[in-house]
This record gives sequence, structure tokens and C-alpha cells, in this order.
Amino acid sequence: MDLSYTADEEAFRAEIRAFLEAELPSELAEKVRLGRDLTKADMEGWHAMLNARGWLAPNWPKSFGGAEWNAVQRHIFDEESAAANAPRVVPFGLSMLGPVLQKFGNSAQQEHWLPRILDGTDWWCQGYSEPGAGSDLASLKTRAVRDGDHYIVNGQKTWTTLGQHANMIFCLVRTDPDAKQQEGISFLLIDMDTPGVEVRPIILLDGSHEVNEVWFTDVRVPVENLVGEENKGWTYAKYLLTHERTGLGGVGFSQAGLAAVKRIARAEMHNGKPLIENPHFAARVAQVEIEMRAMATTNLRAISKAAAGEAPGLEASMLKVKGSVIRQEINDLARRAVGPYAMPFASEALEGANDLVPDPQDAGPVAAQYFNNRKLSIFGGSNEIQRGIIAKVAMGGGR
Amino acid sequence: MNFELTEERRMLQDTLRRYLRAEYSTERRNAILDSAAGYAPEIWSGLADLGVIGALFDEAQGGFGGAGFDIAVVFEELGRAGVVEPLLDGALLAGRALALAGRQDIVDGLIAGDVQLAFAHYEPGGRYDLDYVQTEASGGGLTGRKAVVMHGGAAEHIVVSARDGDQIGLYLVNAGAPGLDARDYPLLAGGRAAEVMLDNTPAEPLGLGLAEIESLVALAMVAQCAEALGAMETAVALTQDYLMTRKQFGRPIGTFQALAHRMADLLIELEQARSAVINAAGMLGTRDEATTLAASKNLIGRVGRQVAEEAIQMHGGIAMTQEYELAHIAKRIIMADHRFGDTDYHLERFIALSAA
Repeated sequence: MDLSYTADEEAFRAEIRAFLEAELPSELAEKVRLGRDLTKADMEGWHAMLNARGWLAPNWPKSFGGAEWNAVQRHIFDEESAAANAPRVVPFGLSMLGPVLQKFGNSAQQEHWLPRILDGTDWWCQGYSEPGAGSDLASLKTRAVRDGDHYIVNGQKTWTTLGQHANMIFCLVRTDPDAKQQEGISFLLIDMDTPGVEVRPIILLDGSHEVNEVWFTDVRVPVENLVGEENKGWTYAKYLLTHERTGLGGVGFSQAGLAAVKRIARAEMHNGKPLIENPHFAARVAQVEIEMRAMATTNLRAISKAAAGEAPGLEASMLKVKGSVIRQEINDLARRAVGPYAMPFASEALEGANDLVPDPQDAGPVAAQYFNNRKLSIFGGSNEIQRGIIAKVAMGGGR
Repeated sequence: MNFELTEERRMLQDTLRRYLRAEYSTERRNAILDSAAGYAPEIWSGLADLGVIGALFDEAQGGFGGAGFDIAVVFEELGRAGVVEPLLDGALLAGRALALAGRQDIVDGLIAGDVQLAFAHYEPGGRYDLDYVQTEASGGGLTGRKAVVMHGGAAEHIVVSARDGDQIGLYLVNAGAPGLDARDYPLLAGGRAAEVMLDNTPAEPLGLGLAEIESLVALAMVAQCAEALGAMETAVALTQDYLMTRKQFGRPIGTFQALAHRMADLLIELEQARSAVINAAGMLGTRDEATTLAASKNLIGRVGRQVAEEAIQMHGGIAMTQEYELAHIAKRIIMADHRFGDTDYHLERFIALSAA
């Protein structure tokens, strides 16, 4: 057992930190710190900076233009990026589609699509969930029927994150309605400019627009956009869902969030004393921090296993549950910390009041973030689904 | 021992519930949320016509209620429907302050639905501390700043607390008075509030002090607890329906024991919340008032969070969307903990009062 990083890993960390200090625009970092919405240009700009350095696709092999970092290096990068308030890389092309094409795509698909992900030609979104198929993804109904050199696609996808920016969508579609649920599904790449594709916004409870419905009406998709074999799409999707990933627990986000809570609570006064010294509030903060420290080590244990090439076990599900609960608890602390100023809808409303406690820039977004991050325990396989997976493996039982 | 509502209160409850069912659908409410005013004047008058505002005052004040259970009945129904019209501050807090001060002229207008009021007490930097008042009264004018004043931008009269030397008192400020600047903004859970800036603004003393502010806030806490209870009832009912109708893996999700047990917990906690509201309303004006209110507000805050979060979680993605009823209701429940002291504030207060 040794909890310290090697000299090489520390040198790697220094290199990342120097890059972030030199390249990350301060206005962009400030927007991330304050929880402001990032524009498409903000995200594309950051991708371009990372791509210029060869770091945009940390998990891709060098032969495809990736950085080919191991799990520990990726973790260090994520941790430093969160600490510097760098935007999160948009994962749909880079962490989701990329690895699937590399493993199951043909060489023509790899040569065409992978460079376009790196240089920003394409913005991908994910077409998995449907109105009737959420946690039970395999019950999806969107149909693709072969017609000569094309598939004709009809149906509806939902919860499509940042679909409003995307020009391409990778979809799970049903190609054999008679097969058993998981066996008639195919993995299809669809150009969103094709006639019959319509994107409709879904406004979330915090007023934000980050997800969409995507409707398909007689959309013609060339057969060369089928990835792998017809009716084998579920295998590829599962590979993608279980594909070894770092950052599942969101440790970096929790650390940044907790630092913000403490900053707010040092300024906030209750009975003439800073809130951070209030025993009840301090106990809440301490309890979360204790949980977070242990989870950070659980996270590192999983990363270290992955770096050694071991197959991922239940850590992914465990980190998803624990990590989401901790992040949500921190969001709850932040809204408590600002007191009555959690109520105003937008920080803009309070601007021009520089002497205000809490700082309107802190107070503005905390309640919206609290509500928005209720999604953390719902999306990507809800916490109920994750607990079901853990229980099933542990006891072989049902849900 | 009798936990039945009186005939009058049951009629008020029925009438109000029926009115809101007919006039305050999710679509209607969401349209009000998006409107520039942030409230619907016709709903305000409709409620006044039903006697809902009058129910918050006793007969001597021109009303026909005014007791804890009258307040609880009204606000539970308003909470159930997620009503954003500012009755808590505009009618109860400001109205009862003016009734105490003998300003019957304004109270009569309020009960008739003709006057809009606001109550401006809390200040930036003071969180929920009732005696934190930095606004100064001097030479007939008020100078200072009031935080998150509900309806502050639309009110015709604002009841404002200020300090004259070491005496905290309530004052009446008229909209349009010189030196008054109400900076109006929308709230996350609907409705509008304002930062109220006062710069030597002319004000009329109402002859009320900190003791009266405390008793007014006690009324508001009963109302806030009841409103949160009503909202929780809606959240639980929506979740119950959803669990019985939404199918995943070929069966209604409520048949999965993991969810069924959590639903059962919500039903248990909801009854705890109901009892906490009954305690608060029933102990109003007794010597146990302060301890009971602290206990109830703490419990409502804790249970409210559990109900709001679990209702969203058991629904899944649909509850995250603005247009679904639960989205607004959950925000109302959580934001109730940001008024008149949160869970921690009242835990601390309960400890202090119990030790005394």
C-alpha cells in the first residue's frame, strides 16, 4: 500500500497544471466557477485548445490521434481540470462514440468520423432513451426498416443532451421487431440535417435548456452508417456503458463544490458569527467531507485496478451511487448556506450590489444547481438500477 | 380531543379547493409564472371574493377567522395547488401588522381584494435572525436595505422594520415615496420579489415593535408550514399515481419493493408533517408557541426535503421538466425552508428554548 503518486505521475500533474495555467482563458474558468451556462463556442474553443495539445481524447490510442493516457493519468487530468474550473469535455463523440467506432466500426467509418470528432467538424449527441424506455433501455421502439441502400427511421428519442448543438446523432434503433428485446437493436449514425429529423427543446425545472426530444419521421439513413452488424447494437451499447471510464464519482466536482460552500459560509453571518463556525452547519459540512475523502480513495482504487488492466467490477455502480449522493449533498449545503438569497431566480437580478452578503455571484446559481443536479441520480442508469446491479451480482437475485 | 375541522372551516376548505381545481391548472399556473407581473390580479380578486383573505382576520379586524386553524386551512389549499399569488406576505404578514396598528382603512381594502401590500423585514447579511435590523429610522425617514421582499415591486404600501436607536419598530411606506427603490426580480419557485432600498424615505410609525414582529412571524410560520404540507400532499399523490401507472421491465414500477417501501416512508412522513402543522396551529398564542413552532418548522424542513427529492427520484426524468406539475411543487417545498428560518435555524432554536 502506498497512497502517494509516483515521481512520473507528479511530473505529469505539473505538466497539466502548467498547461491549464497558460491556456485556460480566465473568463471561461470564471463562467464555470459560477455555474453559468456555457455557449457552444465556449465548449468548441476549449476543445480546440486541448486538441492543439493532443489532449482532447485522453482515452483514445495514439494511432487514432488520442493521448493514450492510462487511468491514473486521466484521473490526474480530470482532477486538475476541475480544480482550475476548466469546462468538462463534451463526452458524446470523444468518450462514447469514439471507443465504439474504434472497436466495432469498419476502417472507412474510423477514417471518416474519428478525425472529425477531434477537429470539431461534428458535434455528436446520443440517441438512446425514449419516452417509454428510460431505465429499461432495451424496450426502445424507434424503428429502422431497410429500403435498398437506406434505412428508413421512425420514432422518438428523449433526454438528448446538448442535441440543440449537434449535427450528428448515434442512435439505438429496432431493426428486428420479432427478436427478443435486446437482440433486434442496431447502432446507427444519423445526420441531423436529414429531412424528417426534428429537435424540440425540453426546459428543465431550473429553467435551463440542456436536453431535447429528437423526432424521426421517415428519415433516410445510408446503410454505410450502420456500425458493426445489424441487430448487434445492444452489445455495442453495453460496451459503451461499461467501457472503462474515470471520473465516475465526480470527485473533482465535489471538491470544487465543497470549497465553494466553505467560501460562502465564511462570509455568511448568523448570530454575529460566521456560518462556518455554527456547530450544526459545520457538522453537515464535515460529514460530507468525511464521506468524500473515503470515496476519493475508492475512486483511486478503481482507477488503479483499471490502469493495471483488470476488468471493471462493481466499482462503477458503487461510485455512481455514492458520487451522486455526495454531490447532491454539497448542492444542498450550498443552498442552505446562502439562506434567503437562495430564492431569487437569477444572479443577474442582484448584480450591482457589490457589498452584498452572500455575494450575488455565489447566491445566484446555487438553488438552480441544487435542482438541476437531482438528475445525477437519475440519468446514465438511475441509482435504483445501479443498486439492482450490485445486488444481483452480490446475491444473484432480482431487483 | 377533537381533530375535526369546524363546519365553517370545512366549507372554506371545500370552496377554496374547488375554486383552485377549476381556476388553477398546471397550464394556467405556468402561464402566470411566465407573466411579467408574476401573479394574476384576477386570481387575487377571485380569492378575495371567496373570503380567503377575510379568513385570515378576526371579526374585530373585519374578517371572520384569524386563528391558527383558519390560517392553516387556507395555506394548505394554496400549497396543494402551488399558488404563487403572495397571500402569505401581502395579506397575512402586512395585513395583520396593519390590523394590529389599527389601520382598518387599509385592511378593509385588502380584505376586499383592492389593495396590494408587502412586508419588508429581513436584511442582507442577517439570514433569518429576527432582531437583525440595520435600517435606520431618523427624522421621519428610513434609510437601509431590505432583502427578498415578496411582491415588493407591485405593492402600494410596504410595512418596513427599522431601528430608531435601540428600538426596533414597524413603519408604513407608500409606493412612490421619495428615496424608495424596489428592484424587482423573479423567484426560482415562482412569483416576484424585490430588493427594497430606502434613502431617507418618508415613513409613518405604526407603534409596533420587535414583540409584534415575532408574533406576526409566528403567524407566517404556521402559514408556511401549512403551505409546505399542501405542496407535499400533491407531491406524494403525483408519485403514488406515477408508481401505479408507469411501467418498466413489464410491470408498474410501484410493484418493485425497493420503490414501494420508499413510497410507504413518504406516507408516514406526510402524516408527521400533518401533525406538525396541527401542533403549530393549535399552540399559536399559548406559552408553548415558540418551542412548538421551532419544532414544526424544523420537521417540515426535513420532511419537505425528503418528499421533494424522493418524489423527483421515483418519477425519474419526467419530474425534471418544467412543464410537469411536480417540478413547481418540489421547488415550492424546498424553498419553504428558506423562509422564516431553515431546518438548522429551528433545530438550534428548539434546543435553546427547551433548555430554558
